Amino acid sequence: MSAFLDIHGLTRRHAGRAALDGVSLAVAQGQLVALVGPSGSGKTTLLKSINRLAEPDEGTVRIGGDDVREAPVEHLRHGIGYVIQSIGLFPHMTVAENINIVPRLMGSDEDRAAELLDLVALPAEIASRYPRALSGGQQQRVGVARALAARPRLMLMDEPFGALDPVTRDALGRAYRDLHERLGLTTLMVTHDVAEALLLADRVVVLIGGRIRADGTPAELARSTDAEVKAMIDVPRRQAERLAAL
Amino acid sequence: MSELIPLAQSHLLLSGCAVAIGVLIGLPLAIASARSARLRAPVLGLAGLVQTVPALALLALFYPALLILGRATGLAIPALGFLPALIALSLYALLPILRNAVAALEGVDAGVIEAADGLGMTARQRLILIELPLGAPVILAGIRTASVWTIGAATLATTVGQPSLGNLIFSGLQTENWARVLTGCAAAAALALAADGLLGLIERGLALRSRRRWLAGLAGIAVALAASLVPAPRGGGETLVIGAKNFSEQYILASVIERRLQAAGYRTERRDNLGSTVAYQALAAGDIDVYVDYSGTLWTNILQRTDTPPPERMRAELERRLPVRVIGPLGFENAYALAMRRGRARALGVATLDDLARAAPRLTLGADLEFLSRPEWRAVRSRYRLDFAGQRSFSPTFMYRAVTDGSADVITAFSSDGRIAALDLVVLADPRRALPSYDALLLAAPGTDRRAIEALAPLVGAIPVERMRQANLMVDRDSDKRTPEEAARWLDPDQSRRPAVQRH
Repeated sequence: MSAFLDIHGLTRRHAGRAALDGVSLAVAQGQLVALVGPSGSGKTTLLKSINRLAEPDEGTVRIGGDDVREAPVEHLRHGIGYVIQSIGLFPHMTVAENINIVPRLMGSDEDRAAELLDLVALPAEIASRYPRALSGGQQQRVGVARALAARPRLMLMDEPFGALDPVTRDALGRAYRDLHERLGLTTLMVTHDVAEALLLADRVVVLIGGRIRADGTPAELARSTDAEVKAMIDVPRRQAERLAAL
Repeated sequence: MSELIPLAQSHLLLSGCAVAIGVLIGLPLAIASARSARLRAPVLGLAGLVQTVPALALLALFYPALLILGRATGLAIPALGFLPALIALSLYALLPILRNAVAALEGVDAGVIEAADGLGMTARQRLILIELPLGAPVILAGIRTASVWTIGAATLATTVGQPSLGNLIFSGLQTENWARVLTGCAAAAALALAADGLLGLIERGLALRSRRRWLAGLAGIAVALAASLVPAPRGGGETLVIGAKNFSEQYILASVIERRLQAAGYRTERRDNLGSTVAYQALAAGDIDVYVDYSGTLWTNILQRTDTPPPERMRAELERRLPVRVIGPLGFENAYALAMRRGRARALGVATLDDLARAAPRLTLGADLEFLSRPEWRAVRSRYRLDFAGQRSFSPTFMYRAVTDGSADVITAFSSDGRIAALDLVVLADPRRALPSYDALLLAAPGTDRRAIEALAPLVGAIPVERMRQANLMVDRDSDKRTPEEAARWLDPDQSRRPAVQRH
């Protein structure tokens, strides 16, 4: 029970099919774990079971030893950073209001906007702007800043950079990796981009059909003999080889 | 038109309250419906169903409904006036508010909702911080639609005795006073446009997040509603409510009564354009204090009788059986009478209803809106075996038009109507006495003040049919028209000579 995040026997059935089928996973504090797998493999359901946006039929999730079902769900979520592909900035609130929303919900009137904008490498003067005035990459940086505002220890990211152009995506991925180190976060990141997973994560978990098919460091995964895992990893590898040969 | 301001005030107050209730009920219902698909279908379906009921019918239905409710519960529920109008209009306002609010709440971006949930907002926080602010422009657009509808439909409130700008429209239509009709329409349209503009300002203010705009719109609405509450200047004294049905003679007689009561030191209010049965029931329930009805109408509609006894016996029995106070007959009769243009009647050789029965298969009957469903019509038809080629219903004014332009050959005229002589119509004789007598009776609610009844008693037997016809014609004719108030002054002149200091 030493793992910071401990998932045990998680099962969720959906329309007679198991979206998650007895998944167990232990994540140590400070790890950045990428969850990869084809569409419908259960990555997002697994992620949402942690902050209870999805309720599993069986199994338990513990954070720091506490079952997530024990505390009120709002308190649980205040303590977990959540970043999603569609970003979900509140369009009627300024950037600063968006960033400070979780502390507000928790009853604090601390203004961390300037500090957090600096952390995600955005100029402080955008604090008073509305989200529609920002580029997609800037919006997701604000999304990350908003997730960090209440000083969570755990970050859940669901395709966080999926909607961004490749250059922005790469920059943001590396910037987040830095933040993860500096703030001592524990991060679970769902992505369908295997290259992104291999290059950013400490550990990559492959989900196929609701089960964990492979789990290891990027280097271990690159040597996997599992046909399906190998097929997934071969795509970016061949692309890289062809690019190098140009 | 001195009554324009108080009518506009009460119109605005009624519409404002109805929309406010629509919002207070509609918004929580919309929130619940947006959360539960099982609730949504029946709620929206029911609101849609209400909308399919014509506004006029919806208003009319609440009169008997409240009357029955009042009797069943023993509570003093006012069945006439503000309450039934308010309930009906609130129901009417509900659909656009409900529909837009549901669409607004469901239209909030799914990513924004997921973020709100993921950041740990409670359902209530999500509603207040996210869904309502983001849905506000669409919700407001619904309130805007509801306001315009309600202000339009509030003109119909006059039919359940709630004063509104509809008073001008309805009485103007009856007396063919088109300036009055136009004034009523224009004032209602102006109110609707003003409400639409102010709500539009709030809507744009919310959409553009401009506090200055929406506060200005809100302030405008607050000022308008406050203005609708400014009381009209009044004298002291007890208030008596005078009812009138929807034709000129009734307006004139209500004015005559009003003048007499005011001379006796009473304050008066009017409930015009009441339906026939509504008027009587309102009197019996004490919602109005005085009005004039006709013996034959009470005989058939209220006592449900089909026989036609001589006038004196009918009156005596009405006085005995009706639970209201019959002050007495005014001295004239306003009976249903079948009438034709003189030339046409002569050409067809028609002088009596027996003659008419022979010619009827080639003729068209023009009736007022009530006649064809009344027992008198069944009695006339069966006793004379009348069988017309066609039957059409008109409001009284247009019925007279129809007989002059030939779209009806025979009409159900009224014997006190000035237009019989003015249009040179002949009244067909009724040898088999199928039509009962229609003495105009002055009625008062049970328990009406003795002094008020004494003030009105001099009217008993004081209005011969020729003078009533003349007064009706003054209002109904096309040129040199007078208002019902002017005709009342002509009909009962001595009240105006009393100086005000002698009141009390």
